[in-house]
Amino acid sequence: MAAFGSLALVIALALAIYNLLAGTVALRLIATGQPTRISPERLADTARRAGIAGFIAVTGAAFALLWAVFTNDFSLTYILEHSNRALNPAYKFAALWSGQEGSLLLWAWLLGAYGFVLRLRHKTDVKLYAYAGAILAGVQTFFLLLICFPASPFALFRGDIPADGNGLNPLLQYPEMVIHPPMLYLGYVGFTVPFAFALGALMMRYPGEKWIKITRTWTLVTWLFLTCGIFLGMHWAYAVLGWGGYWGWDPVENASFMPWLTGTAFLHSVMMQERKGMMKSWNVWLIFSTFLLTLLGTLLTRAGLVSSVHAFAQSSIGTWFVVFMGIVLAVCIFTYIYQRGHLKTEHHLESLVSRESSFLFNNLVLLTACFVILWGTLFPILSEYVVGNKVTVGAPWYNRVAVPIGLFLVFLTGVGPLLPWRATSFKSIKRNFILPVVALWVTVIVCLAVGVRPWVDAQFNTGNFYALVAFSVSAAVLTAIISEFLRGAAVISRQTGRNLISSTWLLTRRNTRRYGGYLVHIGVVIVVIGLAGSAFNRNVESELAVGDHLNIGPYQLVCTGFTQDSNALFNSEYAMLNVSKNGKHQFQMLPERRVYLSDGQPETRVSIHSTPEWDLYVVYEGANPDTGHPIIKAILNPLVGWIWAGLVVMVLGTFIALVPSLTPATAALKVPAARAIPTEPALKGGD
Amino acid sequence: MRSRAFTSWTRFVEAAVLAVAVCLSVGATDANSRFNDLGHRLMCTCGCAQLLGECDHAGCPGREPENGELAAAIAAGKSDQAILDMFAAKYGATVLAAPTTHGFDLVAWIAPFAVFAAALLGTILLVRRWSGVSVGRAKAIAAGAELAALDPADRERRERIRNETGMDGGF
Repeated sequence: MAAFGSLALVIALALAIYNLLAGTVALRLIATGQPTRISPERLADTARRAGIAGFIAVTGAAFALLWAVFTNDFSLTYILEHSNRALNPAYKFAALWSGQEGSLLLWAWLLGAYGFVLRLRHKTDVKLYAYAGAILAGVQTFFLLLICFPASPFALFRGDIPADGNGLNPLLQYPEMVIHPPMLYLGYVGFTVPFAFALGALMMRYPGEKWIKITRTWTLVTWLFLTCGIFLGMHWAYAVLGWGGYWGWDPVENASFMPWLTGTAFLHSVMMQERKGMMKSWNVWLIFSTFLLTLLGTLLTRAGLVSSVHAFAQSSIGTWFVVFMGIVLAVCIFTYIYQRGHLKTEHHLESLVSRESSFLFNNLVLLTACFVILWGTLFPILSEYVVGNKVTVGAPWYNRVAVPIGLFLVFLTGVGPLLPWRATSFKSIKRNFILPVVALWVTVIVCLAVGVRPWVDAQFNTGNFYALVAFSVSAAVLTAIISEFLRGAAVISRQTGRNLISSTWLLTRRNTRRYGGYLVHIGVVIVVIGLAGSAFNRNVESELAVGDHLNIGPYQLVCTGFTQDSNALFNSEYAMLNVSKNGKHQFQMLPERRVYLSDGQPETRVSIHSTPEWDLYVVYEGANPDTGHPIIKAILNPLVGWIWAGLVVMVLGTFIALVPSLTPATAALKVPAARAIPTEPALKGGD
Repeated sequence: MRSRAFTSWTRFVEAAVLAVAVCLSVGATDANSRFNDLGHRLMCTCGCAQLLGECDHAGCPGREPENGELAAAIAAGKSDQAILDMFAAKYGATVLAAPTTHGFDLVAWIAPFAVFAAALLGTILLVRRWSGVSVGRAKAIAAGAELAALDPADRERRERIRNETGMDGGF
């Protein structure tokens, strides 16, 4: 199977190179109109077919690696290092991305899959798709070169083949790890598609904004995958790492967050180009940057430039990435300079207070946040280079610098949709903002009344202050968005006689993009409320003998026993804790600690009891070597469940935004004839 | 009048900045909260890349000695800064969870806000300039329409020039 996998990769590489070269030559011939013996259109079609065949070849290689995992073929170094016989079959799939070589193969396979779909849909616009296909082939060539030469997953083990493998990293043996990395990779890799379309459209001086409409679905789907990947990673860190949090500003986490920020900025500013023909250069560079940041993220995690708890696989392929990023940047700059005349804006902003300028400020804040995270991630390297001293840039720095920027962004989330296009009047501002402002101040008063105060015991508490601002701004934003929904629904309700819920549904279906987007904003606000809850975390740590108890918040945890267990993969120790609230027994918790036999690495299995109000998070920290009693750490994490609930709302909103809106004709058919309504300008409005 | 208003604004901004600085610099004073606060400003030295106050390794070789030193330093009545300096001297600058506020480290704190301020200022100036251009262009278009209406030959000549000099090709 190793030979088959290697052969499949070499064939895929040859096909990708052909796709790149033949596609480029064909497009050049078409552009210049030079007469040739072979028709350039036919040449371009052979390039497209080579791309499709390349995907089949990479699929063959991925299948060969999975086959080797499931048949315990330890003659392959990769399988020896990342799997063993006792490994659960579900986690054998995870072996595909647990190491560097496998994850690069996954990258190439996903890129092939995206390219396969793109090439099948080429009739949408043959020429533009040919440009995009050739650019994708260029990227694919790079990844296939990596896995054919410096990072081959099919490299053979030299020497006597051991009877069993080293096993999968214990931290990865968790259900979410079967879906989190593929989701993240779908997001990372997916941004190659809008990048290819943007670069292709610029190269061919594609007329109009149709390429943006074509790539909109690709970009949204990719953004959704990246969002889900990031949140699944947060949940994995929360449930497995056992430190009580979900985001540690680790360089690998930052690497996934940066392209998300620029991708989000692109999704917003691209609307300006669609509607007004503005910000063309800006959008092109946003998508270029997003793609480059996905490469930078991979470079950071793979080349060992920065230390990280997540860097499961590091090697010397960093130089390859640096060279490739240099080539990509050079191509982007050259194309932009050569074709910048095509990107002249058609309109200019007319007012500082308008929907357009709110998009501009939204982009400004998102990019500043991206810069802050990039700066924090790279500052240790910069500091070592400049003063020869490596420093740590950890959570305290990010909390001071990034949190205020994040809160300002939430504020803009609420303000933007309330501003009309072009310009606004004081009367309009007063009408749209009065309710959100009232909601903001009512929330401030309520928070102060229930004890969310920036001053605790005459001391200023930064966490409480941020939480107070987050809650009140979130309330204002929620009010603003809900009032937008209700305003539109009320108009439909008046005109059609439908009830408010039905009218809201029809309103959403008429402009799925706009109202799906609002729903995503609601999801973001719910997430922010959940994040703000971290200001009120409490924790207690205690050694518990049988019958001992510890108290945290309204809960009392009583130790009823502790024991050990073992199986073919790991030995485990766990405690049995009965939890009561206000004297009444509620449930049992079983925090666990495992030590994996393959490498002796310990792993925490946190016991979590979630409610909308808080999570009771219990960690088995280990046994006291003198007494043998378990050391238990209990943490009360308020509002964590809101973070995961917010993700669900964001996903729902994105799905709605992906569904095409009802056309006016279809919408009219859905309305009873006797109550047919004239087109409502406000409902046709912006996005 | 303008100078008085300017002075008032300057004083207001100074007071606000001072208030924020005081608020952000004030720390907790009792031993437990100081231990917790300082534990979140120091890194565990075992290489786990976690904050000392959040390290959850049973038998971690770095956490217990550091916690012991931290508790002893607090009990000895040392100030927060003296404790941080003591840890940095013993374990190196990487034990501090955030850059200090002196020397080159200060750049880490200033750069994000400087970039944000510059970008904000740039955006505001750009929007104001664009607003001016839009108004100017609207006037020019209106004037151009009048000219074209008066002289059809001129309009035709301008159209021909536009067609002949227009670029439409790729590479």
